[in-house]
Amino acid sequence: MSRYLAQHLAALQGALRRIASTPLSSLLSLLVIGVALALPSAGWLIIDNLGAVTGSASGVQQISVFMTIDAGKKDIGEIESRLAAAKPGNWRFVARDEALKQLQASEGMAEIVASLPRNPLPDAFVVEPTDTEPQAMERLAKTFSGWPKVAHVQLDSAWIKRFDAFLRIGKLAVTMLASLLAGALVTVTFNTIRLQILAQAAEIEVAKLIGATDAFISRPFHYFGALQGALGGLFAALLVVLGGHLLAAPVDELIALYGGSFALHGLSAANVGALAAIGAALGWLGAQLSVAIHLRRLG
Amino acid sequence: MISATAVSKRYPEGLQALSDVSFEIDAGEMVFFTGHSGAGKSTLFRLLAAIERPTSGSIVVNGKNLAALSKSAIPYLRRNFGLIFQDQKLLFDRSVLDNVLLPLAIVGLPAREAARRARAALDKVGLLDREKANPIALSGGEQQRLAIARAVVNRPAILLADEPAANLDAESAGAILEIFRAFHQVGVTLLIATHNPQWMASASPRVLQLERGHLVGDAA
Repeated sequence: MSRYLAQHLAALQGALRRIASTPLSSLLSLLVIGVALALPSAGWLIIDNLGAVTGSASGVQQISVFMTIDAGKKDIGEIESRLAAAKPGNWRFVARDEALKQLQASEGMAEIVASLPRNPLPDAFVVEPTDTEPQAMERLAKTFSGWPKVAHVQLDSAWIKRFDAFLRIGKLAVTMLASLLAGALVTVTFNTIRLQILAQAAEIEVAKLIGATDAFISRPFHYFGALQGALGGLFAALLVVLGGHLLAAPVDELIALYGGSFALHGLSAANVGALAAIGAALGWLGAQLSVAIHLRRLG
Repeated sequence: MISATAVSKRYPEGLQALSDVSFEIDAGEMVFFTGHSGAGKSTLFRLLAAIERPTSGSIVVNGKNLAALSKSAIPYLRRNFGLIFQDQKLLFDRSVLDNVLLPLAIVGLPAREAARRARAALDKVGLLDREKANPIALSGGEQQRLAIARAVVNRPAILLADEPAANLDAESAGAILEIFRAFHQVGVTLLIATHNPQWMASASPRVLQLERGHLVGDAA
């Protein structure tokens, strides 16, 4: 093993020893870092899940194209051709008789439907667009409404717009919270390293006098910051996973009440890795700032 | 090996610690720097080890002008020196062995080789049986010997010792001198600041005498 790698290994071992030598204060630091990372992570996950809910809740991401009552087979064929050419996503034709049967099957509707003199429902197409962005959905609806024998195009755009705006505000709030808490994490690490540097002032002075480079002196602190941040990130992931498990059943029940089928998705292995990496990067940054300032003061 | 030319050092508060000091020291020489307290011995040693920079003049070590060295090059220069401080600067939060291991960790020597060399250095100064002790449990003479072991463990070409016999009894000071003689015999260049007359009488080395920052004598 090269001398360079041996020095890195020694610095890593030193950082691990330092964490293990003060278990209580290390645990408290990990708790603070874990909570600081868990809050925005949970926020992102909730927003991500809410976005997915809109896709699964029935009717939300669909455009219904209702034909005029007098539309014939030729007119329906024309719309089918246009949909096939436009390729807006998945679509299906719902014949007026089929629609009536579905209505009849609905609770409390059988008697009402039976009393009708004739089928009042039109033929319709249900389109599930590939692009579910509100603006794209609006554009499609406008196009469909211009087609022949189309009486009405139904898109719950107002609801989608409101929900999209809500999600955007949510994302912004989570980003702001994440920035604040990232700053707090950097500060926690900065202060921890500051105290370590002060406690090791004698060793640092001697090491400098006998030929230690700044890199040699600062390396263990960098490893400590990164390691503490990474462990805090893993702790945050644990908190989010536990929270997800507690919420899974009630959320499932709620979605079922709205006629959707949805499984709350938690953190993937990549997400957990990203959390640990973000924690490590922020910890390293706090250590770097602290080392740069306090080692210079030590001369 | 070491050349000082018209070296002066004036501190910002006005103290003129060294004035126009010039000398040359060849490889393998054993040189004593003597003079009363405040004569400038410690300042000169700090300049030689690039801990401070001279106000004027130049110091050349192994062909390198210290004034021209970048900040990042100074640690590598210091690895040519074994530094022994008056206050020893031992680390009391670790064992005797770990104190000696520190310079080897700095140069990145693998753990097994480092332990072997550290024990060899402790053996040379007669402290091998105390490797697990905390330095605070050692006597003054033993602490000074530990400082020597730490200074020589990297096999430096030059040893700089600032008042290594200060506060030691005659027996301990004699033992330290014997260790220095042993290093001198294997070709190590020794620069020792002292006002121990017993040492200068018994070792018959070259003596450079400083007085109020001026070099007033250079005698073999």
